[in-house]
Amino acid sequence: MTDGSGLIAASGPNGAHPQQDGVTARGSADPIGEPVIEVNELVKVFPVRRSKGIRVTKRLVQAVSDVSLSIGSRETVGLVGESGSGKSTFGRCVLQLIEPSAGSVKYKGTELVGMTREQLRPLRRELQIVFQDPYASLDPRLTVGSAISEPLEIHKVKGDHGQKVKDLLDLVGLSPDHSSRYPHEFSGGQRQRIGIARALALDPTVIVLDEPVSALDVSIQAGVINLLEDLQDRLDLSYLFIAHDLSVVRHISDRVAVMYLGKLMEVGPAEELYTGAAHPYTQALLSAIPEPDPVIEREREHMTLVGDIPSPIDPPSGCRFRTRCPKAQPRCATEEPELIDRGFGHPIACHYPERLPEVMAGPVDFAKRSVS
Amino acid sequence: MSDAVTDAGQTGQPVLELRDFRVTFPTHFGDVQAVRGVDVDVHKGEMLGVVGESGSGKSVTFLGLMGLLGKNARIEGSAKAGGIELVGMPPKLLNRVRGKQVAMIFQDPLSALNPVHRVGDQIVEMIQSHQDMSTKVAFERSVELLDRVGIPQPRDRASQYPHEFSGGMRQRVVIAMAIANDPDVLIADEPTTALDVTVQAQILDVLQRIRKEMGTAVVLITHDLGVIARVADRVQVMYAGRSAEKGDIGPIFDHPSHPYTRGLLASLPALGRERLTPIPGAPPNMLMPPSGCAFRARCPHAIDECALGLPDLEPFGDLETACIRAGELSLARSA
Repeated sequence: MTDGSGLIAASGPNGAHPQQDGVTARGSADPIGEPVIEVNELVKVFPVRRSKGIRVTKRLVQAVSDVSLSIGSRETVGLVGESGSGKSTFGRCVLQLIEPSAGSVKYKGTELVGMTREQLRPLRRELQIVFQDPYASLDPRLTVGSAISEPLEIHKVKGDHGQKVKDLLDLVGLSPDHSSRYPHEFSGGQRQRIGIARALALDPTVIVLDEPVSALDVSIQAGVINLLEDLQDRLDLSYLFIAHDLSVVRHISDRVAVMYLGKLMEVGPAEELYTGAAHPYTQALLSAIPEPDPVIEREREHMTLVGDIPSPIDPPSGCRFRTRCPKAQPRCATEEPELIDRGFGHPIACHYPERLPEVMAGPVDFAKRSVS
Repeated sequence: MSDAVTDAGQTGQPVLELRDFRVTFPTHFGDVQAVRGVDVDVHKGEMLGVVGESGSGKSVTFLGLMGLLGKNARIEGSAKAGGIELVGMPPKLLNRVRGKQVAMIFQDPLSALNPVHRVGDQIVEMIQSHQDMSTKVAFERSVELLDRVGIPQPRDRASQYPHEFSGGMRQRVVIAMAIANDPDVLIADEPTTALDVTVQAQILDVLQRIRKEMGTAVVLITHDLGVIARVADRVQVMYAGRSAEKGDIGPIFDHPSHPYTRGLLASLPALGRERLTPIPGAPPNMLMPPSGCAFRARCPHAIDECALGLPDLEPFGDLETACIRAGELSLARSA
């Protein structure tokens, strides 16, 4: 699928000016509203032991390297990428569930990295997480009521916990009478609502949603997404929405960040990214999602990536995407592209960004479709 | 790829034919009626998409006809592969059909591979269990198969073990094994669900190529309507162990008649859709399926008559729909 034009000039379309000298013109990649979370140059490395015969070598996996991303108040930032891209590790580092190796995470201006557990504890009330698997994230021996009130007890919140549990169940669309039941009595969608109620118990401001709807059937998924949107409006929440389903991310996110092998490839407002992605990886990712419309799906040109994501133990030199990139040049192997605005209105980490309108799928516009 | 919409060869004897197919699991609490009378026709060289939510019976139907559900499952009705009845067939005879006439691949390729044998040898074993072929010739054939499913350096890779392959490459190995004896039908049960979208696209391309080059019919079981839209010629929508609707890919997505199919499509995120429309409620408990149409508890159009009998698939326009109100609902919409 190489388009043959290896000489795509470093300038954007219509003669827009590229920023080559590292002057970060973030522009529309800035968070909407005051940033609640500011992450700067976050790095997380995990040591791994590899044995070859009797020789054991210690090596480092770079799960997240040098990622900067902010989340604004009442903003939803979507974080997408293939498995192994480091998106979940990033989410956990933001919440200090995993200690970052380097870099800074600020919550409302307060530096979280380096804080002791005691210092962090009061802040944990405001930083919550919802996990993917609603079956594994709830204790089967705790009633739903105790699961939801557990955080209230841990943080010694005063007041009527029973009433609070009932209010929370009501808030997430479950019956308040359900508090004495056990998780196995609920369906997947209902369990995910319980997980959300538990995350909301301490009135948080930021919630990391780690693949919250991936395990749910489509007909159920829609209800949970609506709920998340309603809760954001009512409770002024900020979301970091981690997912691999790009159509869901597009629907819920204000901004989207694309991650590959621990690095951000492209960050921008959701619609801008989906209609005018300029990074070849974003384009390949968007091209790979099948649209639920056979007419569009069969007419569009698919840009299929070859191979798999390389090992993060030994990431490629220069641009990390170059080994799978259809338009990689010798420069990509030696010089790592910075995540800067290159004349497309949002930052892109690619030496040769280019819009490819014909690869992008026309989104399904149900309003336009004739009903015969 | 647009030709696939029209060139589904629907002439002649179906290569796989299910009639009133039923699967029941007896439990302490009573019978779980997982599949309750399903008709499926798979024609030569076509790609049939089977969609449904978890618990709809889409996987159990095909596991049942392959005899892969264990002794506890009670299988009734008829399932014919190339005219041979599979229901009630002794396991020894069924072994000859499995892999030869009908092959199956699964979501998790690692569970289908033996971790202590080289992948080439596993394909050789597969070939030799159905064909009288020397190991040398069979090995050459396995290299050829690995090449066909798009594995680079197939000769070197044939002597590697499953753990040396990535998820997508393992799924290719399993596909190579499944097509080793040139089956008429390849049943793919959620083959791309565990894979990343970029790898999913590669695997769908492989399945599409096999269908075109070898004329193998593919049954693609999935919950992902996008995957169906990309590759299927015909679609069968299942709900609560029954067929809700079936038809060619175009009409199913363009003007679905069954309220469940419409609900599924309406619940997907799409541009210009501020608010998603979930289907209220949850699928029924198959221990005690509701009387009449199983979807009526979640259906916005349900009336008292819906509780009276199990709706069968009836021709309706260019689709077949199991809904007694399909006709009037369609009139109401176009008015």
